[in-house]
Amino acid sequence: MSVPAELRYTQEHEWIAIEGGTATIGITDYATQALGDVVYVSLPEVGAAVTAGEPCGEVESTKSVSDLYSPVDGEVVEVNEELDDDPGLINAEPYGLGWMFRVRVADGQTVGAGLLSPTEYDALTKSAG
Amino acid sequence: MTSTVRDTPLRMVHERLGATMTEFAGWRMPLRYGSETAEHNAVRTNAALFDLSHMGEIAVTGPGAGAALDYAVCGWPSQLSVGRARYTMLCAPDGGILDDLIIYRQAADRFLVVANAANTSVVLGELRDRCSGGGAAEGSSLETVVTDESAVTGLVSIQGPNGCGLLATVTDLPVAAMPYYAGAYGAVAGRAAWVARTGYTGEDGFEIFCAPADCEPIWDALTAAAASDPDGRGLPAAGLAARDTLRLEAGMPLYGNELGPDVTPYEAGLGRVVRLDKPGDFVGRSALAQRAAEGPRRTLIGLLGQSRRVPRHGYPVLSAAGDRVGVVTSGAPSPTLGKPIAMAYVEVDAGGPFGIDVRGKTEPAEVTGLPFYDRRK
Repeated sequence: MSVPAELRYTQEHEWIAIEGGTATIGITDYATQALGDVVYVSLPEVGAAVTAGEPCGEVESTKSVSDLYSPVDGEVVEVNEELDDDPGLINAEPYGLGWMFRVRVADGQTVGAGLLSPTEYDALTKSAG
Repeated sequence: MTSTVRDTPLRMVHERLGATMTEFAGWRMPLRYGSETAEHNAVRTNAALFDLSHMGEIAVTGPGAGAALDYAVCGWPSQLSVGRARYTMLCAPDGGILDDLIIYRQAADRFLVVANAANTSVVLGELRDRCSGGGAAEGSSLETVVTDESAVTGLVSIQGPNGCGLLATVTDLPVAAMPYYAGAYGAVAGRAAWVARTGYTGEDGFEIFCAPADCEPIWDALTAAAASDPDGRGLPAAGLAARDTLRLEAGMPLYGNELGPDVTPYEAGLGRVVRLDKPGDFVGRSALAQRAAEGPRRTLIGLLGQSRRVPRHGYPVLSAAGDRVGVVTSGAPSPTLGKPIAMAYVEVDAGGPFGIDVRGKTEPAEVTGLPFYDRRK
């Protein structure tokens, strides 16, 4: 189970990479293993406002549908359009080509509170069974 | 009270292969081993192995067994030749379906009834009530006896166009010549087995019934046969997720989705399993005859999704005007067709085009005939 050291994580099995006020968000290797083959992903619109902890999309696999959450407050500035034609990228490279959307983090927000370190996330996946 | 989840005889194989396990009908079963899409495609283009040891196997034996089963189920098992099988249903007196079954005639006075894992105890109870005794004295050789053999029967299935060739290398049975829905006793990997040309995938395949301790040797022998073929493409394992998308593409019903106690075979488009032409009474006859005469008020249709969003069990089917006219019974992305497919019950007089309410948004769907996929075409 891959848990890259440079990322942060959420309880909802998403990862977040923050650079210069922009957060890139996807779902973890653990999540893709639980979901199975992703067949469709519904991403928020570019320009949409997102709220930390609120659902902003859906990830659909062969057998199930899961909500996609935003881990931060902000405005969606980019979505991964490759996923329209090839949602399987999420399974193949959950941390790479399978990234989902980018958010410009709202000014003044302290990002980090509530996010899990790689060690904490790894422990979460193990306790989830 | 703790509920016990049972492992199949192939538990160690699934662990070794890194299967994602799931609980199903009180059994720990492999859901998938890697990509369920790859497993599905392997069955369509090559072959794959399934552990189906969770299924129920009930023996009905005695000189009157055939006649007893004629009374118990919708079909006409006493008409089966030895070595033949038939798909049939066990119905309630009101015509509702209690389970769908395959019945194999293994000998003149021995029938093997294969039931869904979730319904095995119901089927066993009903067969005991409906078949036992046959008017003969208990313990006499004329008695019809119903025996639950599930605990002493394992089931390995090889499905896909290359399965027959692989199986032929490890069995003495002339499997290539075996007709569809036939079966025979023989040896597989030197182990005693009942081998039948049946399956739930829409491809050619064989179901191998054996002693639980022989499941792993048989599985390993088939895998080894595939590995030793330099031109072959191996023999992957396939789990319950692939089993479901394969049977859906093949238009086969699933108990709990298309079939249930509130549905007769007629609604499901399976009136052919009801043998009103057999002599004598059977459980559900008058209700089923009435439904046959009146015609069902709901009908099972196939739907093709027009977007990627998958219609799923329980989603409403809407008319063009937006009225609810039915409900989705099963839905999944179809690896073979490359779009979502679904089966749904709709009111018999409802006309298309239909939409499906997928979590609040109506997705258009095209009506199509069943099956979605036919290997002969």
